[in-house]
Amino acid sequence: MEWIQQLVNGISLGSIYALIALGYTMVYGIIKLINFAHGDVFMVGSFVGFYSIVGLGLDFFTALVLAMIFCAIFGVLIERIAYKRLRNATRIAALITAIGVSLLIENGFIFTWGPQPKAFPDIIANGTFEILGAKISIKSILILSISITLMVILQFIVHKTKIGKAMRAVSHDNEAARLMGINVDNTISATFAIGSALAGAAGVIFGLYYTKIDPLMGIIPGIKAFVAAVLGGIGIIPGAMVGGLVLGVIETFVNASGFSLWRDAAAFVILILILIFRPNGIFGKNTREKV
Amino acid sequence: MKKSKRFWLFILLAVVIYSVVQLLITTGVFGSYYSNTLILMAINIILAVSLHLVIGITGQFSIGHAGFLAVGAYISAIITMKLELPFIIGIIAAGIIATLAGLVVGIPTLRLRGDYLAIATLGFAEIIRIIFLNIDYVGGAAGMQVSHYTTWTYAFVCLVITIIVITNFTNSRHGRACISIRENEVASDAMGINTTFYKVAAFAIGAFFAGVAGALYAHNFYIIQPVNFGFLKSFDILIFVVLGGLGSLSGSVIAAILLTLVSTYLQGFPETRMIIYSLVLILVMLYRPQGLLGTREITDFLPFKKARKGVAQHVK
Repeated sequence: MEWIQQLVNGISLGSIYALIALGYTMVYGIIKLINFAHGDVFMVGSFVGFYSIVGLGLDFFTALVLAMIFCAIFGVLIERIAYKRLRNATRIAALITAIGVSLLIENGFIFTWGPQPKAFPDIIANGTFEILGAKISIKSILILSISITLMVILQFIVHKTKIGKAMRAVSHDNEAARLMGINVDNTISATFAIGSALAGAAGVIFGLYYTKIDPLMGIIPGIKAFVAAVLGGIGIIPGAMVGGLVLGVIETFVNASGFSLWRDAAAFVILILILIFRPNGIFGKNTREKV
Repeated sequence: MKKSKRFWLFILLAVVIYSVVQLLITTGVFGSYYSNTLILMAINIILAVSLHLVIGITGQFSIGHAGFLAVGAYISAIITMKLELPFIIGIIAAGIIATLAGLVVGIPTLRLRGDYLAIATLGFAEIIRIIFLNIDYVGGAAGMQVSHYTTWTYAFVCLVITIIVITNFTNSRHGRACISIRENEVASDAMGINTTFYKVAAFAIGAFFAGVAGALYAHNFYIIQPVNFGFLKSFDILIFVVLGGLGSLSGSVIAAILLTLVSTYLQGFPETRMIIYSLVLILVMLYRPQGLLGTREITDFLPFKKARKGVAQHVK
């Protein structure tokens, strides 16, 4: 039952991608910006988790919550300092600022704490149990349950709370939302806070799963999570979840069938195929550009 | 008449710059360190100007330029090292194959707009890099040994040709069509401009010169590896164009010269270099989003140009 095992691995990896992709999709949905620095928020979350377990001696769940809070604040700071001025600037200017912020975080981090990778502590017992002949590790189940819990909470926030309603309104029509008395700036900050918190959580569980973290770890998962967001239809929250899971599973199967060197290429091939044949993603609706 | 005069002035300037530098190199005033910096500068200017045509003139936000650089570098390395043909054939073949790669990438992706195009070109560049990573013929991840053939003469001649071709293209009817696409794609489509054709053409020309730059780049070092052609390289080239001013050729040239000097100076401190880079990028975008020169050219600041512009308008 090799393939069930691979499927579970793929879903675990995919749920990490999904958590990062949610942040991308929410930010894109609300201010139409590809936040390149999002992968680095993920990296920072991972390191906050690392230091709170190793340095402060906290348990895993407290570390997870701490990383989420830290990343939420970090995300809002990035938005306030770097992106707020560019609300009305061209899209290219905003995108280039995002690239700049990403490079600054990575290199600032390396400059301050050094480039060496760190071994993430093995805080969860590494047991396995068998289902239908497949060995499934407790870590995979834990990762999956944390991701699902966070996604359920996110759905609750977006659909049942006042701030969620404001977020949906702003992403639908920024100007009209402002006229209706919604504080657009605060809503955008809240979006960044929630998205970054999810990326922080993804960082901590990524560390738990791969046991090695380094300052440049955010680049590739960040880009892949963006692919996942595009795959599901950027700006659509369930799309990001499904896109993440699909991407994780495909990648694991490419890896398992002996093409491990092509694993990173798989994500980009999927991206390009999606962009060419269905640019609005799996869940997206076709819209025509208005003049 | 006046245009051709300006052209010959430019050629004269180029010849003067070339001979002065060549004289300094042959008399040994410039050591290999300085001549290497100059060659690197020329390569960076070619890259910046070729991307300027795509982003600054046609307004297509491509951030995968390192992919074409990689194609050029590997193709010319294969031609000189494996097939043992002369370097000049390597340069030309690098340009042609990179153009083909540009067509392959451009025809499907240029239907996309803005951010989607950016991310698709980024993806294509990464695929090109991973393909080279997986071909054992070119050494895989370990890279490929390349002889040092690039000289100041090769680099400078390629640079001058690039600038002449791209300036003439920009000032031609086709270039104006490209500018109209940059300003408003839907409107220029409605005016009867074949937007797809011009976007692909600009992309292919940009890819050609990126390939030429790749050939020079490969033969300026002793080894090329797929690692050299990642996102960061694409962003480096992008930074030249953006910092100089989107739409300004001389801006891209000036930015490429300045940043090459800065990065050569800071070579020993790679993190500091990238921190300065990114800070400059963020600050320029926040406080001067149009870049150093905006869409103007350096000649617009010269006094005699202004007077002539007024006259030219009357004559027209």
